[in-house]
Amino acid sequence: MPSLGADMEAGTLVEWLKHPGDTVKRGDIIAVVDTQKGAIEIEVFEDGTIESVRIRPGEKVPVGTVLAMIRGAGAERPLVAADTAPVPASVPEVPSPPAAAPLPQTAPREESRRLRTSPMARKLAGELGIDVTRIEGTGSQGAITREDVERTAATLKPSVLPQPKPSAARLGDMRGAIAAAMARSKREIPHYYLSTIIDMSTALAWLRAENEKRAVTERVLPVALLIKAVGLGLREVPELNGHWIDGAFRPGAGIHIGCAVSLRGGGLVAPALHDVDTMDLATLMRRLADLVARARSGSLKSSELSDPTITVTNLGDQGVDAAFGIIYPPQVALVGFGKISERPWVGSAAIEARPLLTATLSADHRATDGHRGGVFLTAVDRLLQTPERL
Amino acid sequence: MTPDDIRHVILDALKRVAPEVDPASIQSGVSFRDQLDLDSMDFLNFVLALHERLGIDIPEVDYPRLYSLESAVEYLTSPLQRPDSWA
Repeated sequence: MPSLGADMEAGTLVEWLKHPGDTVKRGDIIAVVDTQKGAIEIEVFEDGTIESVRIRPGEKVPVGTVLAMIRGAGAERPLVAADTAPVPASVPEVPSPPAAAPLPQTAPREESRRLRTSPMARKLAGELGIDVTRIEGTGSQGAITREDVERTAATLKPSVLPQPKPSAARLGDMRGAIAAAMARSKREIPHYYLSTIIDMSTALAWLRAENEKRAVTERVLPVALLIKAVGLGLREVPELNGHWIDGAFRPGAGIHIGCAVSLRGGGLVAPALHDVDTMDLATLMRRLADLVARARSGSLKSSELSDPTITVTNLGDQGVDAAFGIIYPPQVALVGFGKISERPWVGSAAIEARPLLTATLSADHRATDGHRGGVFLTAVDRLLQTPERL
Repeated sequence: MTPDDIRHVILDALKRVAPEVDPASIQSGVSFRDQLDLDSMDFLNFVLALHERLGIDIPEVDYPRLYSLESAVEYLTSPLQRPDSWA
């Protein structure tokens, strides 16, 4: 069960999309897991063949539990567990060998079980669509009786096909998860805060002209410029991009920006937009729109939740001037944007009305000092003055 | 399309970005943003939904005319926005 963020403790397997014997490639979606952030598609991080699955639909297991075993494509890594998303938590990259987690039901046991199922019970189980190996027998020598089947039918069915949680319950879970992550952040991370005012007139004029040329489906919002500028700024100050784990900074494998998305009806997720620094604006905008839509409909991918290397929050639409955020652990920085609004600005010779934006940085003082944070915000400002190069 | 049809199209488009909203509760003269807590991404999706349904490319400079139900109906029924096929 991959960790889909510092605030996740357990997940419920909804369904397997791949089965023993299936060949899988890195990035394939092999399962769906229900979490407080919605139903998440679990991606596999190894090429290979599914050897066995260990968790059944409906089971809720803690983060780190082996979900399935995969036989690697190469001979050098015979078996890897399917939950080895490169999470920034303290989950080992390759979990312990298969022997570590005893299987509740091994093949031989299933075989002997079957022998101790009465024909009547077996028939009833078949009619009710229940796998007899899931039934606890109470007859002599553990034989499965008709009563056992009926009892299991009553208790098992709801958990076999987990119903979508009512939104109020989901929201309660999410609130709890946010509370835990934010409290941990404030307890452990010595934050420092910086802010700078950015003149957005050049960027907005450029964007307006660009959007005039573009069909409605291709138009770009100012927030895409901001995210791209953050991505390029992080190339210059890479020590803000990564995680603080076990007393040391670990640089991110790429620039994967967690975009804080508020959910309609309450709650918040910050899934990653991957490799922001390498995407052109049109691609970035398309992916961002897709990410926001999937965050709101509750269909994100595991990697999007597990590997953001920094978070960006844009509260400008809500009309705030500036947003000083709380870092999402174990990340080491969060960039906040307020609204872009016309304000007085001292131009070359006079005071002029210009569209201004306050950008802020909350950063972990264990990983960086204010000086480097300032270099980063200055870089974001400079990058936004040449929008055509974003 | 009659103004009533347009009204339906607009409400359908809103439903896509704010599924929890009861169309009957929308006040005609008040901006969608204020009533429905739309952000810029929601608004873009609203414009996209109108584009899909009506087949028109609404220029960015006209976005403010889509801010409320009243002004959106007026804008989208104006002759300039009406392709012949709608008649």
